[in-house]
Amino acid sequence: MDWGAIFSNAAGELISPTTAAYALAALGLAVHFGYTGLLNFGQAGFMALGAYGYAISILTFGLPVWGAFLVGVGASIVFALILGIPTLRLRADYLAIVTIAAAEIVRLLFTTNAFASVTGSANGLSGYKNEFAALNPLAPGTYGFGPFESNAYDTWLRIVAWSIVILAALFVWQIMRSPWGRVIKGIREDEDAVRALGKNVYAYKMQSLVLGGVLGTIAGMIFALPRAVVPSNYQTTLTFFIYAILLLGGAATVLGPIIGSMIFWVLLSFFSGFIARAVEAGWLPFMTGIQGSQLRFILVGVAIMLIVIFRPQGIFGNKKELAFVR
Amino acid sequence: MKPIELVRRFTPRMIIILLGVLFAALTLSTFSAGSAHADEVGNEYEFSLTGNVRFSGDPLEGVRITAEGGGYEAEVETDAEGRWKIGVPEKATYEVTLDEDTLPEGVAVEDGANVFQAEFDLIDSLSVNFFLGEDTRETTSFFNQFLDRFVNGLNFGLLLALAAIGVSLIYGTTGLSNFAHAELITFGALMTLVFTGFGLPVWVAILIAVVLSGLLGYTLDAALWKPLRRKGVAVIPLMIVSIGLSLALRYLYQFFFGGGTSQLPGTGQAALTLGPISISPIDIGSMLISIVVLLGVAYFLLRTRIGKATRAVSDNPSLASASGIDVDNVIRIVWVVGAALAGLSGVLWAYFRPGVSWDMGFQMLLLVFAAVTLGGLGTAFGALVGSLIVGIFVEVSTLWIPSDMKFAGALVVLILVLLFRPQGILGRKERIG
Amino acid sequence: MSVDTVPVTPTGPTGKPIKTIDLHVGEAAPGCQKRDPILVVDGVRRTFGGLTAVDVDHVEVPRGAITALIGPNGAGKTTLFNLLTGFDKPDAGKWTFDGRAISGVPAYRVARMGQIRTFQLTKALGLLTVMDNMLLGAKGQTGENLFRALLPFLWRKQESANEAKALDLLTRFKLDAKKDDYAASLSGGQRKLLEMARALMSDPTLVMLDEPMAGVNPALTQSLLDHILNLKAQGMTVLFVEHDMHMVRHIADWVIVMAEGKVVAEGDPHEVMKNPAVIDAYLGQHHDEDIGEDPEAEVMHVSAIKELLDDER
Repeated sequence: MDWGAIFSNAAGELISPTTAAYALAALGLAVHFGYTGLLNFGQAGFMALGAYGYAISILTFGLPVWGAFLVGVGASIVFALILGIPTLRLRADYLAIVTIAAAEIVRLLFTTNAFASVTGSANGLSGYKNEFAALNPLAPGTYGFGPFESNAYDTWLRIVAWSIVILAALFVWQIMRSPWGRVIKGIREDEDAVRALGKNVYAYKMQSLVLGGVLGTIAGMIFALPRAVVPSNYQTTLTFFIYAILLLGGAATVLGPIIGSMIFWVLLSFFSGFIARAVEAGWLPFMTGIQGSQLRFILVGVAIMLIVIFRPQGIFGNKKELAFVR
Repeated sequence: MKPIELVRRFTPRMIIILLGVLFAALTLSTFSAGSAHADEVGNEYEFSLTGNVRFSGDPLEGVRITAEGGGYEAEVETDAEGRWKIGVPEKATYEVTLDEDTLPEGVAVEDGANVFQAEFDLIDSLSVNFFLGEDTRETTSFFNQFLDRFVNGLNFGLLLALAAIGVSLIYGTTGLSNFAHAELITFGALMTLVFTGFGLPVWVAILIAVVLSGLLGYTLDAALWKPLRRKGVAVIPLMIVSIGLSLALRYLYQFFFGGGTSQLPGTGQAALTLGPISISPIDIGSMLISIVVLLGVAYFLLRTRIGKATRAVSDNPSLASASGIDVDNVIRIVWVVGAALAGLSGVLWAYFRPGVSWDMGFQMLLLVFAAVTLGGLGTAFGALVGSLIVGIFVEVSTLWIPSDMKFAGALVVLILVLLFRPQGILGRKERIG
Repeated sequence: MSVDTVPVTPTGPTGKPIKTIDLHVGEAAPGCQKRDPILVVDGVRRTFGGLTAVDVDHVEVPRGAITALIGPNGAGKTTLFNLLTGFDKPDAGKWTFDGRAISGVPAYRVARMGQIRTFQLTKALGLLTVMDNMLLGAKGQTGENLFRALLPFLWRKQESANEAKALDLLTRFKLDAKKDDYAASLSGGQRKLLEMARALMSDPTLVMLDEPMAGVNPALTQSLLDHILNLKAQGMTVLFVEHDMHMVRHIADWVIVMAEGKVVAEGDPHEVMKNPAVIDAYLGQHHDEDIGEDPEAEVMHVSAIKELLDDER
């Protein structure tokens, strides 16, 4: 039983770029759901737009990294506007269904064979990392120590990813402390009251949708950089995992999504490592390795239920400010 | 003008029209209008590729031939004698392609034989021949195809309705948007698989599966939903709990049944031809079962005491409770019946897809929600209407859009309807103040 | 108006409020002209399904006075409120506020023009603090713009000024001790006061109160009445919906009576009470038909229950 490897792998997840990507996506969702009360279940769609927007810009159009980044962000804003215009007047549960539908449409568009030449259909895209790697100021070699060791590309990616997360966190923190944030929190609780005070509620909701969506899109780009862009990664289940992270950390907090993501990935890695080795060692004769990985997702589902029932404010949240529990 | 105000000028209708025009433009561009061709091209060159396209001795006119190679590309159409000639600048290897779409009806090239690698050797003019034969692909008329898909869509819509009614009634009576309904659907199919695996005849297995599904619904309400309602948990947290439950159950299924797809016995029977449509006995059986069960549900809701109480609670829980109806009992019945219907829907879905897999219910869930929302959340008849519309639309739309996008079509319709009638077709508008 | 002086309720030697008189021109009939109207409503209709909820030919609300809008349940009072403040769209009709046509103007714009309303079911935002509630009420905040919000130095000063104004108002309403508490911790009556204080943050011209006394314990009633009288003292116009006749008689300068969607009587509170049309509206042949505010919904709500009851017979 290689405890060392189990713990080391789990610890490594603390700063992995995937953790950063999920943290950023959860931060976007915090803006949507935690602060504004928008039940956006299409965050996976925003992430897909980021990943595909970036990859396609580089592969098909040959844009530089900055251009590809802007294309992704632009696509995100357009998607948020298209999504928001009809739906922001709808009730919360309608919004949930419509956003899932929209994200699925996006995913289906990326999966269909009709656009295979550009999107790679079900196989997805790869080979877009060089331009990003070219920007790397670090010399080739290994950086870091112990479980946090990685090569130059991965280290560069981590630095960029977590810098973005920190910037985004500061941004969200600042606007939520401002009068703008106050209006948003009012909308979360009762938009008619806010409307009666002279605020253009629709515009605020749209701004929130665009903001959280852009964060999700950038998260998608970060998510795609260590791996390939495959459409099956962006199913609704991805959005559910981000909700799990958000609820775990605290829906209307800035620290919550970040710490929540770290805890989520550390635990997931620890658990899968443990189960895999336990099965190997014969401790769990009735299970296979594959079943082990399914077990962790069962636990994610159960965890979501328990958090919402017993501690809906998550780790950092304030129970008195919870808007969705009434 | 501020950007937001600019956006607001673009009313939803305008956006749709713009998108529609864009979509139309994209579609039309795929039908590229070709420029006028001659039957001879590239006469300035020394070398040439030539050919004569004939079928059963008759020359074929207007067939397009393309030659590509060495950086050079050209195309011609055959003349009235079926002859064509493409001049080429050098003696290289050229890929000569016959465009099958320009062949007349009933004539086709053998698979793959429409592309020919022409290599020049000593002669200046190379002859290229294509082997044509009779086109054995059946061309069905548009109307036949439409009818076929319509019936298919009806079948799908009916089994969708079985699941959708449960979702709508659960929403109406408890306010819960039940994401775990997907797993209730899958459960029916899985149980049928299990019991036919024990050697039981299919009908018995299906019956047992439906009963077990109802039991599962009862258990879920008694063990989970009722205590949460007692606790006073609000609607959105309930929805998130159902999402967690859905996740847990789905991977539980995968844990026990694996990630593959199995078939129920009797799947894939040959299609009978009934007039203009071809339909298998399974499909007929599926539709009959759906219709009979739906009629039963309708009778239950319209004629029986409990059914009326169910509708009353679904319309207005507090008013119903105040008039002495046992709301908890009604909700329990809704869960049992809704889950049983979902299980049956799963069995029919397994025959329709065809196949039983751990996430089959989840694949259908979005369409179920679309149907319920379309018809109006909280009304059983709205769920039926919405399901039929979604089912038929999904299947018929494949006449125009690629079949791997068919779900997207239904989802677009959902979004459009919510634009103009947010409460759905049979739903009620809400008031402020 | 200055926030330094504490306005005094205009009461006469007997301690009763001084009423504003001579508001109308000509006879005190439904739809009569006012000397100085702030709100002029023309031909407003709103139907739900088959039933007409509001059908007002003409009504004018006098400026600088306290007007009460009364009538039995289902008369259309809240619907009219919703229409006038932009929370609902009429089938037909137009109205002007301070001479400006505002039919079709969305609710938030109406509020910005100086017409602030409160709700029957108090909308004090319980998840925000009392101070945050007040600050939300302030107009023209630079910090509410997304981009400027990022640069605190742009809005700090304004925020401090608003906080001072809020504190002053809270003191007047005796809520200052609670300023950092979450509004959810306030009692029902305190939340009503908070809603009213919040409405004053934007210095409105017309304050529309939807059943301000509903759910308030009698001890707080007098305090609320005094605050409403203060509004008039500060030059604001008040339009309120009420069922409490004692309150209406006590502070209203003018009364408009609605029944079945129409204005059936107008006038001085004492005269109006004696008006046969008013008596008929409250006690007449239709008094036991509680039509409810949303007739279409009621019909559907009860149909299934009706079937059950029919079966039992």
